[in-house]
Formats: sequence, C-alpha cells, structure tokens
Amino acid sequence: MNHKTMIRGLTAAASALALAACATDSTPPQGASSKAPRDKQAASGAGHGYAHDPYPSTYHVYPGAPTLVRNVTIYDGEGGRIDGGSVLFADGKILALGQTLDAPAGATVIDGTGKWVTPGVIDIHSHLGDYPSPQVQAHSDGNEATSPVTADVWAEHSVWPQDPGFGRALANGGVTTLQILPGSANLFGGRSVVLKNVYARTVQAMKFPGAPYGLKMACGENPKRVYGSRNTKPSTRMGNIAVDRATWAQAVAYKRKWDKYEKDGGDAPERNIAMDTLRGVLEGEILVQNHCYRADEMAIVMDMAKEFGYHVTAFHHAVEAYKIADILKANNTCAAVWADWYGFKMESFDGIGENLALLQKAGACGMIHSDDENGIQRLNQEVAKAQASGRRAGIDIPDAQAWEWLSINPARALGIADRTGSLKPGKMADVVLWNGNPLSVYTRPEKVWIDGALLYDATNPRLRPVSDFELGQPGSGDVK
Amino acid sequence: MKALFLSLTALGAALAAPVSAQTVAITGGTVAIGDGSQPIERGTVVMRDGRIVAAGAGIAVPAGATVIDATGKWVAAGMVAGFTNLGLVDAEGVSESNDASASTSPFNASIDIAPAINPQAVEIGNERAGGITRAIVSPSTGQSIFAGRGAVIDLGADANPITRARAFQYVELGEDGAQEAGGSRPAAYAMLHDALAQAQDYRRNPAAFGGREKESLLKRADAQALLPVLDGTMPLFVHVERASDIRSVLALKQQYPALKLVLVGVREGWMVAPEIAAARVGVIAAALADLPASFEALGATESNVGRMTAAGVPVAISTVGANTAPGEHVLKQYAGNLVAIARVPGATGLNWGQAFATVSSRPAQALGMDGEIGSLRPGRRADVVIWDGDPLELSSAPLAVYIDGLAQPMRSRQIELRDRYSVPQEGALPKAYSR
Repeated sequence: MNHKTMIRGLTAAASALALAACATDSTPPQGASSKAPRDKQAASGAGHGYAHDPYPSTYHVYPGAPTLVRNVTIYDGEGGRIDGGSVLFADGKILALGQTLDAPAGATVIDGTGKWVTPGVIDIHSHLGDYPSPQVQAHSDGNEATSPVTADVWAEHSVWPQDPGFGRALANGGVTTLQILPGSANLFGGRSVVLKNVYARTVQAMKFPGAPYGLKMACGENPKRVYGSRNTKPSTRMGNIAVDRATWAQAVAYKRKWDKYEKDGGDAPERNIAMDTLRGVLEGEILVQNHCYRADEMAIVMDMAKEFGYHVTAFHHAVEAYKIADILKANNTCAAVWADWYGFKMESFDGIGENLALLQKAGACGMIHSDDENGIQRLNQEVAKAQASGRRAGIDIPDAQAWEWLSINPARALGIADRTGSLKPGKMADVVLWNGNPLSVYTRPEKVWIDGALLYDATNPRLRPVSDFELGQPGSGDVK
Repeated sequence: MKALFLSLTALGAALAAPVSAQTVAITGGTVAIGDGSQPIERGTVVMRDGRIVAAGAGIAVPAGATVIDATGKWVAAGMVAGFTNLGLVDAEGVSESNDASASTSPFNASIDIAPAINPQAVEIGNERAGGITRAIVSPSTGQSIFAGRGAVIDLGADANPITRARAFQYVELGEDGAQEAGGSRPAAYAMLHDALAQAQDYRRNPAAFGGREKESLLKRADAQALLPVLDGTMPLFVHVERASDIRSVLALKQQYPALKLVLVGVREGWMVAPEIAAARVGVIAAALADLPASFEALGATESNVGRMTAAGVPVAISTVGANTAPGEHVLKQYAGNLVAIARVPGATGLNWGQAFATVSSRPAQALGMDGEIGSLRPGRRADVVIWDGDPLELSSAPLAVYIDGLAQPMRSRQIELRDRYSVPQEGALPKAYSR
C-alpha cells in the first residue's frame, strides 16, 4: 500500500441514473424534497423545451441574530482592509462595514479585539460528499469511469450530505461555500454542484440557491490512463482532444436542433441528457471547470473552446499556470491551484510555490483550491504559503489582497460573486471570526456564520456539527 | 540582513577548504534546539567537524571561529521527515520512477532500500531548501505485510545519502495489512507469526531451511532479515490506526519480548495512550488526520498527538495519510497547527518546543537515533537551518541549511523554474535559453 493517496482513485462507480424527463409536459415537476421548482424556465415550449432545474435547491437560511462584531481587523474579500473595524449583519445579509458602527437595539455585540473577520472561505474544487469519509468502496461515487464522456452525470446525485468532511471544513477551515465536482477519470466528467456548507438531510437542502452548474472536464494524464489501460480511446493526449472535439461537434448540432424547436415549434427533438449539459455550456448557462495541469494543454483547450464557441471559466490544478499567466489573462480564464503540491505525477512535476503570486503579478485571475478533504480545512494557510513564496520572489501581495484567492475570485469563477465572496452590504452574511491573523499557522476559526446564522462556535460545544455517520461512534462530538 | 548574506557567502567560499578545520558560531538568533525545550532568544550555536559543539544562551564564541550573525533570525535543528519515500521516488504516479513498493517481487522483509536512494532526486533538492535535513525513508508493501527495510538518509548535496541503512523493518497490520495478507486481519497475524516462526527455524538450522522453492512462503533472505527484528536490534515499524489494533500490536511483546516496536499512523492512539506510554513504544503519527477516513480511524482527531504526548508517549509526526507528496516541507506547518490547537477550547495541542520536537528529535528518538541526529544538543550531527522567522510559521523560509556542518546549496529546480518564468513571455530567445 502507498503511504499516501496522491493519485486520486479512479474506481468506477456503478450508479445508473434515473432521470425523469419532462420534455413536453407543461406541468412543473414536483420533487419529493421541493415545494415547487424555483426555475421559471422549467416550463416547456418556446424558450426552453425542458426543465433546466429539475432538482431545485431547497436550502433555507437558518435563523440568526442581528450581530455586530467590532474591534477587529477586516479583510473584505475584495482587497479592502479595515483595522479596528466593525461589521454588522442581520436577516442573513451584510448591512455595513466601517471603522465604528452603532449596534442596533437587541443586536448581539461581539468584541473581537485581537481577532480578524473575513468572508467565508470558498473552495471551488471539492469532492466532499461524492468521495466521502469513510473512503470505502461503497462510497466511491466520484468518477463514473465507464466512458470518457459522461456529461450526463450530475455530482449532486452522488453527494452524501452526511459526509463528516463538511463539518471539519466548517470548523477548522471556515469554509462556507464549496463546489462539488465529479472526478477526473473522464474528459467530460459531468455536472458539478455548488453547496452552502450547511448539513442537511438532502443534498438539495444544501444547494446554493441559483448557483450556475459547472461542467467538469479533464485533460491530460487521467483520461488517457483510465481508458488507454482498457485499450479504448483516448489513450493519448491527441486522443483526448479528438474525443473532446467529436463531442463538442455533437453538442453544437444538438443545440441547433433545440434552438430551432424552441423558436419554431414542431416536433420536439429527442432528449439527450449529456447533450443538455453541453448545450448549457454553449449557452453560457453552465460554466466549464477544467482539470488541466500543463501549460501547453491549457492553451490547446482554450483554442478548442473558441473553435466550438464556449468559454473555459477556470482551469483547476493548473500547476503550470505560471508559465502562461499572460495567455490565461488574455482569455479571461482563471486558474485554481494548490499552494505547493508538486511532483506526484509527470504533469505536476513543474509545480512551484510561486504559482499564485506569478498569476497575480501578471494580472490573471487566480485562486486557491483543495481537491482534498484535509486540505480544505486549511485553505487560509495554503494562501499564506503562496503569499510568502511570492514575497520571497519579490512579489509583495498585501494580506487583504491575498484573501481574494479564498473568496471573491472563487465566487466569480462559480458565478455567485453577486451574492457571496466578500463583505459587501447586501451580500450573504457568510462570515468568519478568526482567533488571530488568519494568515498565521497559529490561528483557527472561532465563529462561522452562514447567511447570518451562527453554525460554528469554538466556545460552544453545542455549535459543533456531528454528522449522522459519526453519531454514537468513537470520538463522537469530540473537538476534531 | 545584508550582513548575514555576506557572511554566508564568505562561509560558502571557506567551506571549499577541508571542513574539519572549521569552527562556526552562529550568533544572535532565536535558537530552537529541537529536544522539546522552548526557543532561546539571542542564543549561539557552535559547530565544528560536522558536529554541534554547543547551543543555547551564554555560549562563548570560540577563538578563531567563523561567526555568522543571525540577529533577528531563527537558528533551528534541521527537520527530520518522520516517514517518507524521499529519494526513492521521482514522481509517485510515474511507475517507472517509483521504487517504493514491488507488487510482484517474491521478496518482502529482505528488501533493502538503501542502494536505491538517489541523492540527486529533484525532490531532495527542493525539500532541502525547505528545511528538511534528514528523512526516515520507508518502502511500501507489495504482496506481503512486510515492506522491507527502510533507511535514515540525509538530504545533503553529495553522493552519500545514507545515514543508517537497514534502520528498521516495516510491516502493515490493520486494514492495509489485512489486504496484503489475503483479506483479513486474522490472516495478517497468521502471516506475521508464521514468518517470525520461520525466521526462528532458519536461525536454528539454516542448512535445513528451504526458502528457495517457488512455493515457499518465506524466502531465505526474508527469514534472515527478520532475525534482528526478533532480537530487538532492528526496530519494527508497525502501521496501525485503530485502538484495538494498537492493543494487539502491544500484546505482541508478550510472545516476542525483545521486539522494539514503533507505531506508525495511530489515528486512534489517544484512546489507548496510557497503554502505549506504559509499553514505552514510540509513535510516528499522521499529524492532523481528523476524519473517519476508514472504519479503523473513526476516532481520528487533531488532538491525537497532543493527548498522546500528554500521556507520556513520545510522538513524532509525518505526512502519512496527508495528500501533499512529496512536500515534506509541510511538516513545519503541521507542527505549527499542533500549537494552534492548544488555543481551541476543548482541544489538546502542544507548546512550541514540543511541537518543534515532533519534526526534529522525536522522529530520531523513534529509531533510537536522537543521540546522533534531530537536535542541536552537543555531539549531534550539525544539521542546522537559519530561518528568516519562526520556523513553524507559514511566512518563514530557510535562509541557509547546513547538513553535517556543510552549507548546502539553496538553489533548487523549483527556484530555477520560478526565475525562468518570473516573466511568462518569451524574449529574444525561447525560454529554453534562459538559465
């Protein structure tokens, strides 16, 4: 056995999808867990021929008290910093930030002397829920590794909302929002789902309301290894792109048919669940989240996107992003990276700690990500390392600006920056109070609010979530 | 700052001369001995002939010593990677480059990694620049519970990486051992007991021992390799996680009293910490593992190391179970987190000195080598790192690294890449021409 589990398991999950199509039925679908579809586009006919949101979010905001945290250092998540500042939130929303704010009557007032307040951490790349703990074969639901193109699968149909990892990410990492992706065995891995980090009985009750879907794509070694080892296409990088292009060509044709039907009516084209997703990408409704390490491959993928008329929102694991920071900037494509992972496979061999700083220096969009149930608990520390590496290379990025790698940049790459990712009035009150400078190794979250509800408090054992799986097991309810 | 760099440059030049003549005194810095004690402000570290002469406060600078002013810096024992495959693997996912395990070899316990260590591996240079000076390098298991014999290495930029070859035998029990043994924990114990019994047979009558037949369960070389384990002259590293498995391993000493056990992983160690302490068994723990990653780690918590330490167990940490490969430089981050935990209500962490020891003298202690490496106590090998700040803090990095008293190169392949791409665009010539 390996000491480490660096090469993420690519075991096939044999999960058949039962999808209820409602192509021409004008009655909105009624889900067991949903009151009614929130998507006004669910109706058929002109505009959209099928429901685009058949498994809608049922997330609701938990009750919170109007809260004023004062005498804190604030990083607002968009590069702003207030020393000795105050933040006020109520009814789930940020109301104000400032040097001094008055507490409304009845507000909870917290003195944060010596402490820091930031927006909640956003992890754009997680497999919590679809590769949950315990990591037993029965839980291996992250890669539908049965075909290189599985754009038909949706990560949310794998996510186990009782994964103990959600609670750790909240309590140790201050993570309030995260994108769950299917794995990287496939060129088209399927749809992602964006979650609020709030335990629920159903995954739908964790879904970030109105967040766009993502399409997970992968280039490089994983798809060619998984399918090459089965003597099927792709077994090479050129095979990867060949299958990608053939699939996009199909998607363009599919889109044309549905566009015509929705414009002119007539017989509805046959539904293809995979093509629905790719059509969504071509429409700009679904964002491409592309696993890709090497600089040369990222450049090819960006040209492929132009060839077929889509846009790569972000490359993930972009270990060589620093080599093409200018090209990424020119294409308005973000890079989500680790601070210092390198060398675990050929395509990660050139990883360096200065990756994020060099992206920032070039004016490209960069952010931190975890892809790991342990790393997600310390993303603030990963940013601190990336910042320190930059500083030693002569790139001095202020703390408040470095925090963008944890909040507003991932929020933008998820299409939710208008609602979260910074402490701006009107945004969701996703807030972390840290017991010191959050870019220090000696600091931990003290309190975490999600939509203004206090969902973790280090000083209150009752505000420490225990997932169903852990209940009654060794260490249940312990400080983890 | 400038003075420091100047003196380091001077020293680098001086070291071209024979090292034995050199006495070096590093003065004025905050000194971290690595033995569990707290850092000492404005201390001095003296080294000569590749060994530490003295370290601490109020140390006189010997006459004629080369003096390095480290005022405002930290001077710390080099870090010891507690359990790793450094030098054995170029890239884990590139099987051709990966010598950590041999899944179809007929041999197991006799596997000896020492001749396979490559001191020029890219990772060695990168991790050395991150403050790692020694490493406990282990093979991984193939198709037996026995992985073979690991080594202690230095990360120096020279041709001789081995500090101690055949330093320990490594065995998998628990879930991994069950898998290697054919599918169950009982099968793993059957394999363990049979192998040790066969080793005894071999000792009693080597001539009568087969072990060369294709169907033999244990090869001659494997039986021979297990003798020092039975004698307790070679530590037996055992990977287990679950509290009940730890108890079963500790109970092995009733049957094999001489065994010198070291537990690796040990996520539920806190649940049996007094028993581990009473058995005087050392631990190399997965530092921050806090998830029920498997059914044998349901009790995993970040307080594990702190609670075991409080119970009197000597605990080192490692990157076992962490998804960082090959980033042994993250050990300092993990150790810093153990200090952070001390500030979380209800959790158990470590103080700074204890935390730094988990990545310096404690790993050495697990092997019985803390008299040789892992701290700045007099007589130890002079593995010293000058840091620009608190070594456990995320913003800090080494300014200079000494191994056996020799100043090490601070350029690494990662630095070369960084400098080549400090501007991404190609210039008058392609990037391949910029060095």
